[in-house]
Amino acid sequence: MAYSLLIIVTPFILFLVLGLLGMKMKPVIAGIIGTLGMAFCAILAYTVAYQYFFGIGKTNGEWLTQIPLNFEWLRFTENLHIDLGILLDPISVMMLVVITTVSLMVHIYSLGYMKGETGFQRYFAFLSLFSFSMLGLVIATNIFQMYIFWELVGVSSYSLIGFYYTKPSAVAASKKAFIVTRFADLGFLIGILILSYYTKTFDFGLLTADHAGLVTTSMAGGTFMGLSIATWAMALIFMGGAGKSAMFPLHIWLPDAMEGPTPVSALIHAATMVVAGVYLVARLFPVYSFAAPDVLEMIAFIGAFTALFAAVIAITQTDIKRVLAFSTISQIAYMLAALGVSGYGDHEGLGYMASMFHLFTHAFFKALLFLGAGSVIHAVHSNEMDHMGNLHKYMKITSWTFFIACLAIAGIWPFSGFFSKDEILAAAFHHNPIVFWTLWIVAGLTAFYMFRLYFRIFWNGKREYNEHHKPHESPWAMALPLIILAVFSVFSGLIPFADFISSDNIPFHTHIDWTVAGMSIAVAVIGIGIAFALYFKDSKQPAKIAQSLGIFYKAALHKFYLDEIWMWVTKTVIFRYICEPIKWFDRHIIDGSMDGLAWTTQKVSTSIKGLQSGQVQFYAWVFVAGSILIAVLVLFI
Amino acid sequence: MNILSLFVVVPVVMIIALFLSKEMKQIRTVMVAGASILVLLATILTVQFLQLRAAGADAEMLFVSSTVWYAPLHIAYTVGVDGISVAMLCLSAIIVFTGVFSSWNMNMAKEYFLWYCLLSVGVFGFFISIDLFTMFLFYEVALIPMYLLIGLWGTGRKEYSAMKLTLMLMGGSAFLMIGIIGIYYASGHTTMNLLDIAQLHIPLEYQRWFFPATFLGFGVLGALFPFHTWSPDGHASAPTAVSMLHAGVLMKLGGYGCFRVAIYLMPEAANELGWIFLILTGISVVYGAFSAVVQTDLKYINAYSSVSHCGLVLFAILMMNQTAMTGAIMQMLSHGLMTALFFALIGLIYGRTHTRDIRKMGGLMKIMPFASVCYVIAGLASLGLPGLSGFVAEMTIFVGSFQHADLFHRVLTITACCSIVITAVYILRTVGKILYGPVQDEHHIGLPDAQWYEKVSVVCLIIAIAFIGMYPFGVSDIISNSLDPIIAKLTY
Repeated sequence: MAYSLLIIVTPFILFLVLGLLGMKMKPVIAGIIGTLGMAFCAILAYTVAYQYFFGIGKTNGEWLTQIPLNFEWLRFTENLHIDLGILLDPISVMMLVVITTVSLMVHIYSLGYMKGETGFQRYFAFLSLFSFSMLGLVIATNIFQMYIFWELVGVSSYSLIGFYYTKPSAVAASKKAFIVTRFADLGFLIGILILSYYTKTFDFGLLTADHAGLVTTSMAGGTFMGLSIATWAMALIFMGGAGKSAMFPLHIWLPDAMEGPTPVSALIHAATMVVAGVYLVARLFPVYSFAAPDVLEMIAFIGAFTALFAAVIAITQTDIKRVLAFSTISQIAYMLAALGVSGYGDHEGLGYMASMFHLFTHAFFKALLFLGAGSVIHAVHSNEMDHMGNLHKYMKITSWTFFIACLAIAGIWPFSGFFSKDEILAAAFHHNPIVFWTLWIVAGLTAFYMFRLYFRIFWNGKREYNEHHKPHESPWAMALPLIILAVFSVFSGLIPFADFISSDNIPFHTHIDWTVAGMSIAVAVIGIGIAFALYFKDSKQPAKIAQSLGIFYKAALHKFYLDEIWMWVTKTVIFRYICEPIKWFDRHIIDGSMDGLAWTTQKVSTSIKGLQSGQVQFYAWVFVAGSILIAVLVLFI
Repeated sequence: MNILSLFVVVPVVMIIALFLSKEMKQIRTVMVAGASILVLLATILTVQFLQLRAAGADAEMLFVSSTVWYAPLHIAYTVGVDGISVAMLCLSAIIVFTGVFSSWNMNMAKEYFLWYCLLSVGVFGFFISIDLFTMFLFYEVALIPMYLLIGLWGTGRKEYSAMKLTLMLMGGSAFLMIGIIGIYYASGHTTMNLLDIAQLHIPLEYQRWFFPATFLGFGVLGALFPFHTWSPDGHASAPTAVSMLHAGVLMKLGGYGCFRVAIYLMPEAANELGWIFLILTGISVVYGAFSAVVQTDLKYINAYSSVSHCGLVLFAILMMNQTAMTGAIMQMLSHGLMTALFFALIGLIYGRTHTRDIRKMGGLMKIMPFASVCYVIAGLASLGLPGLSGFVAEMTIFVGSFQHADLFHRVLTITACCSIVITAVYILRTVGKILYGPVQDEHHIGLPDAQWYEKVSVVCLIIAIAFIGMYPFGVSDIISNSLDPIIAKLTY
């Protein structure tokens, strides 16, 4: 299956072509080249998926890992070398399908959405760069290859968030996103260093083989501050994942990242890049499960907490993209919590399967939500809910597809979100009650804030729009991806996921646990009901409730002041109390002492230069006096 | 004639040709032709070197030739190269070449280029020499022109900076002189040839004195904390091409010397006393990065960033294992190309806006897109984006250093790793301030983008950076193989 190489080479070539020659092309041509290239990638990805699952199939009932290509790129030592290669196993093949599909949809959508923008070619070049990096990340054969592409997706995300580079807020957001994730990547890097120091390998295959036997044996015995070395290494590696996947407290960059063009938010900050953290944990799952179970438990709690935290904030936001951003954080946290409660093998590994399943379905309905939001923003030229309402009348396609996505994310049967969310709740139910109840509440909150969003955009009173700016349905380039993604959002839940993806790559049987499912549907329906009561018609009720909650509402509205706390850390602690003193120290102490040395030399030489007067009488006098002095000293001492 | 000697002869011929030329056009022709020949020579040398190695020539140094010029002290003009010197020669050739294009419109061009060529003589001579004294001689030849180049063609407080730079580096040379004489006598005063001394044994009690002297002497040039302050002032005042050459090549003389002379000849002392310098270099790495964060002058930012990056070079050399040292050499190449690119672009921007204060610029991306995009690329290389040279060099250093058996070394490595975050902060801060956002100063609107000669310089450097970044295995193999004899000596 060496042709799978083309899947990542194509976008890279597209990036070079569009990046270097794009400015010479007509914008439309550049857009079409980019889109066709991505379509080609998508076809290849589907072919690979078909061949992997149905052509090669299982060997002894197990999905085996295929490595069609692997070469040494940079050698560090005998054992440690960065390889670049392609690894195909159920989760990477699934990711290929997800990424190329969403990316293609976003490409098509962008042809309409970005029409007439300056830098249209640059936009498509960066989209290609992003697709290249993201695809490279998922097919990584070793952890260092993943780190390489990890950094590359970071940079493509940076460039796309800052696409409107003349807007200071966009520049600030892109900078923030990069630096926060870079900080997390530092943890990732140190984790890799520790892991590779003990295991002497970067290779995923070797690390995860035999229930992570290599890791457990090579790291056995070592402890640091009461925790085992393996725990430290894996926790640090997870830190990288937490940064990219916007887990508390490293989530602060994601809401700001909405400054980028909306299709970018759909692709990068909803469907693909932000799930990299989930993918990382899934990729190293045997290591987490067997060598560092404490970290896995920590992941479960971080996931559950973040899910709740973000959902609460999402309720109060009024910028529709920010609502979706917090919703994304919350849903990704769901996936991580699922991994956290998962065991290994057979039905124990339900959480693992559920997590990947949710990643899969979430990619489609969340991309749909973002693209729908983009379509709305395109129509009313605002991100604020207050400027919307009653749009169902004007934008039928957007409204219906958005409705479908909302049902999917709320987890209503038979939409895709129902199946994946149900598996997550079932996994949590059997393993960790605290996590389960938290996630259950989050399910209700999710249904509530999503329908709050839906009703406030598309219904909510009889808002009339200015005759000249009457909202209208978006062009076909934008509507078509919405419809396609809506189809995915409806049906992708019907895939028997456990047949393809499981923690030990051996299929197992799942069934819907109707107790859990019933509970989750019930809470979702309650959430939707409350949203309907409060927001379907324009009413004063929500404002009153907000007022009665007082300080709690205000805290949630301000995202619990985490931005301010981080701002304080960077601006005050790092800038004022570390950098400024260092600058002063360098100028005045270090450099001052050098200048001081020069100054002293100069002073000393000025003061003694009188001795070198050139008067022979004076020299003679000194000579005689000196001789006498020496003679006296010699004689009497 | 030995191909290596040509590296010294060509700049000398260029000097003579410059004397004879009168018009600007002739001067430029001489410089471009000469610099191109140097690049060509470097290419030929690399190819021949690789062919010889492939054919099984396993001597430590190839193309060796020797002419005695002062027999009583065993001083000879001995040249020879291994993979590391070849890499350094290629780097120098590229920087000299691009520097010519970056100083296209100099006033007093003839005199300027005379000193520029003399500087090149010193640089190339240093990298081809394997005789301690000749090496030192070329080292001095490279330093002196700097004084005039900064003092006469510089900007701002140029006399002060030129004086400071020269005095501090001369102070370093004084230590170096002590070190070299010490090595010569302690090894039994029979030879000045590096390779021969390496075969002899310098007693440990002497090494304890001369290792610090030598390391410090070269370290000053490598911007070792706390002897780095010449670098910000010197770079800030120097004209563009001089900054390029200085940060790009001259600072590498420090790293190269530390490793070729100090560590190679005195490994026991390096083992024993290395930790002191390791702490100093560790401080350099983090301290330089933190200092860069709050600077407001583009050149100061870059100079402190150089302190941080060059600190990493010395840091990795002191780790004394093959991977880390390979990383150190790659970092030298990478840093050389990167800072040269930075200084070329800063010169370009300064030449148009007449300010280097980042608070007074903004939105340059709209005004000069080409230069701005290149600046972003330089920034990304500097913060270690995979696919560009910074990443491979830094990762080789980090992975290599972390293989050290001592916990102390590994903890220091983790500290050094932190610099990747701080680097991101100052790079993105600068890029965000000067390139993005709305246009800050209306006078900047309508300023021209890069001219063709500036483009030549910038594009060459970017290609070199991307080449190392994408094809690191080739570069790393050449360096790593050349390190074998040195590593063998370190482990006795």
